[in-house]
Formats: sequence, C-alpha cells, structure tokens
Amino acid sequence: MKLETRGITKSFDGTRIIEDISITLGEGELVCLLGVSGGGKTTLFNIIAGLSKPDSGQVLIDDEDVTGKPGHVSYMLQKDLLLPFRKVADNVALPLELAGTDRKTARAEAMRYFEQFGLQGTEDRYPAQLSGGMRQRAALLRTYLFGKSVALLDEPFSALDTITKSAIHRWYLDVMEQIHLSTLFITHDIDEAILLSDRIYILSGRPGHITDEIHINVPKPRAGDFTLTPEFLAYKRQIIEAMHLS
Amino acid sequence: MTRRHPSITSKLAPAVLIAVLLAVWQLCSDLGVVPKFMLPSPTDVVTAFVEDFPALMTHARVSLSEAFLGLGTAVILSFVVAFLMDQFRVVREAVYPLLILTQTVPTVAIAPLLVLWLGYGILPKVVLIVITCFFPMTIGLLSGFASADPDFIHMMRAMGASNWQIFRYVKLPSSAEQFFSGLRISASYSVVGAVISEWLGGFEGLGVYMMRVKKSYAFDKMFAVIFLISVISLILIKAVDLLKKKSMPWNLIHSGEH
Repeated sequence: MKLETRGITKSFDGTRIIEDISITLGEGELVCLLGVSGGGKTTLFNIIAGLSKPDSGQVLIDDEDVTGKPGHVSYMLQKDLLLPFRKVADNVALPLELAGTDRKTARAEAMRYFEQFGLQGTEDRYPAQLSGGMRQRAALLRTYLFGKSVALLDEPFSALDTITKSAIHRWYLDVMEQIHLSTLFITHDIDEAILLSDRIYILSGRPGHITDEIHINVPKPRAGDFTLTPEFLAYKRQIIEAMHLS
Repeated sequence: MTRRHPSITSKLAPAVLIAVLLAVWQLCSDLGVVPKFMLPSPTDVVTAFVEDFPALMTHARVSLSEAFLGLGTAVILSFVVAFLMDQFRVVREAVYPLLILTQTVPTVAIAPLLVLWLGYGILPKVVLIVITCFFPMTIGLLSGFASADPDFIHMMRAMGASNWQIFRYVKLPSSAEQFFSGLRISASYSVVGAVISEWLGGFEGLGVYMMRVKKSYAFDKMFAVIFLISVISLILIKAVDLLKKKSMPWNLIHSGEH
C-alpha cells in the first residue's frame, strides 16, 4: 500500500470529530474521500499530512509509520496558496528550493513541466495575474514537484465556477494519465468523485466514520460525456442513498 | 480621459490653497500687520535660503549623516529583535511590554541625559535617532511577520520546510508592506531626531545652526532652515516610496488584469 490509515480517531475539546478511520490507497490509484462539509474531512487531511496528531491510530506511507510527521505527502488545498510575491515559476519551483536546489536550477527544472500542465507563458507572471483555473494548475504542478509518491488533495477545485471546473477535470484526467500519482482526493462533490476516482470512501455521521466503499469500475481515460451516461447516474444514486442511509 | 480629471483637481486644489496662504503671508508682512523682524515675508525667507545655501548644505550634510547612521542602525536592530520575537515565544512575551513602555518615555526628555552621558559628539545624536526609529520599525516588522497567512505556513510545513525556511520564504516577504510603512515614518523621524538632539549641544548640523540664528534673531534664516528640514523629510519619504515600488514589483499588479 502507498498510503494506509489504521483506526484514526481525533477529538477536539471533548467532541469526537472522526472515529476509527481505516482507509488504503494503492499505487497509482485515485481514491476519493467523499463527505459533507464539516464532517471531519479536513481533520483527517491534516492528520495524514502530518500537521496534527491523531488521538489514536496510525498513518503509514509505504508501510512506514509517519504519524504526526510532516513532509511525506504532496499537498494541495482549495486555496491555491501561491505566494503573491513570487513569480509563477518560482512558486512552482518552491518545493525544489526547499529541498536545497538553488533557485536557478529549481526554476529551470520546474519550467520543463509548464507545457504539459498547460501553463506555458505564465512563468514570469505573478499569481494575481492568473485566472483561478490557471492558479490551480500551477498549484497542482507545485504539488507534483514536491515529488512525494502520495498526493493529498483537499477540495482543490471546489472554489472554481462550474465551467472552469469541468474544463479542469478534463485537464486533470489528462495530466494524471501521464504522471500516475497515487492520490487521495477529498471532496464534497459527488459528480467530481465519480468522474475522477477509482474508488470512493464515504465519510459520514457524527463523529465521522467510513460508512461505505464504492468501486467505480469504469476504465480510464473516461470519455467527456461519461457524466451523462446511465452508468454514471447509477453510481450517483448509489452514493446518494449511501450518504442518506447513515 | 475622464480618469485624469480627479488627479488634476486633487493636485490643483492644494496648490491654489498654498499660493493663497503665501500671498496672505506676504501681504501681512509687507503691510506691516506683523513686524518684519518677527515674521519675515516668504520672499525674505527665499532670499535668506539662497544667501545661506552653502552653510545650510554643510550643516545638512552633518544632520543627514547622523540621520542615516541612526536609521540604519535602527533598521538592523529592529530586524534582529523582531526576528527573535517572532521565533521565540518567550522573547516575544518578555520584550513586548517593555517595548510599549519605552514608547511612553518622551525622547525629547531623555535627549539632555544622552548629552550628559555621551558628550557633544555624534554619538548621542545617533543614539537618540535609534531610540526614536527602533519602535515603529520593530512593531511594523512584527505585525508584518504575523500577517503571513497561516495556510501558507501549514503548506510550507507540509512540504517539510524548516522554521528558517518558513521565515525566509513566507514571513519575511509578507512583512514588506509593513516594513516600508515603518521605514517611511522612521525616515522623517530620523531627520527631526537629528535636529532636536543638535539643539541640545554640538558643533555642526541643522539643529546647531537653528540655535545660532535664533540667538541672533535672524528669523528669516530660521524659516529657511525649517523649510529645508521639511524638504529633506519629503525627499526621504519619496525615496522610501520609490524603494518600496522597486522591491515589491508584485504590488503594482492589479488582480483584474490578465
């Protein structure tokens, strides 16, 4: 397993937020964690990223215990978190610089991916000059360049408008075809979850726990009209029922 | 085209007001409303300024070097203190009240003490300027460091960044805006600080010159010095603004343009 959590439980101020979360993520797999807002998704995210410690349970990456240790997964949020005072290329190259590469080499290394990520021409612009969709692309490239074999994405596209969002989904699936990143994708968007993932965990209840696991058995790359097929709707119905049952 | 109008009127209105005030001042002086030896007319001040120009420049050079030395020291010192306060909670909690407390002590009041302790040379002047400028610089930097978005810091930590890297890549650049507001205030404080400390004793400088012309009741020269001091302050403030523009190129970008 690339990533595995075992029995993660966490409380804040005496209120249990998540309980006994055990999930797995295989090599090259894209797994969605689907749940309503405020259901403990971000708590779990921070624990997996090593930014906070669980009350009990473990986080394993490549079978190594990394509970409470940051720096083992690549990380991306809904907010693009591009530093406003760095040019796009320098922002994207940041993880390389943090690892000790000098600025010039890091920049050159990052620029090699600009075309593949559809970012050509934005190298010397500041983030404020880019559209929301472009900023998320840059953020994803930065996440990728962090170079960890597991990526953790917390609602990365949920701040985008519907049209930009469906464009970026298509782009995302394309890019993922080429870079094979093992990804845990956290979202509250059912359509997004079905469209992108190989497997979906449903997180619900209070405290939040895993109530269901659904395999999306549709080969990738998925066609643009996949979201309009009866198959897609069947999955959607199944998920809606699963979320209501809990 | 329509956008140009407000900027013209916004410059025109104060210019007209200044011209009117100057004219009233000139008239009061010419018509003898106020005795000439007490309030010299604007033309007298200009004449004094031109006649005394070489002397003014010599003294200005002295005051300016004190101001720069003091300001430079204050900037370096404030960086060190603000950095330590940012990195170590204990330092922050210990130093912060002290910092506020020192601000309640009027610098003008301790200036005579500094002269007694440190003599009539350049040292008491520089020390006074450092004391005056240190506070706005440190507070500016501290709140600048604290203004860094905590999500940036989380992200950096998740990418395995060290405390120093978080400081260098996130907190330091985030403080640029506040640093320059602090520097702007401090730059004008430094000139005023130099002049005030020179009043209390010294051999050269605009403050010394001011005391000298005051004793000889040369009010026109007095006004010429005051005029010079405000010009110097204005130039310094403009220089800081220019430096800010140069060092923060991302600030010139409006988010609407892409």
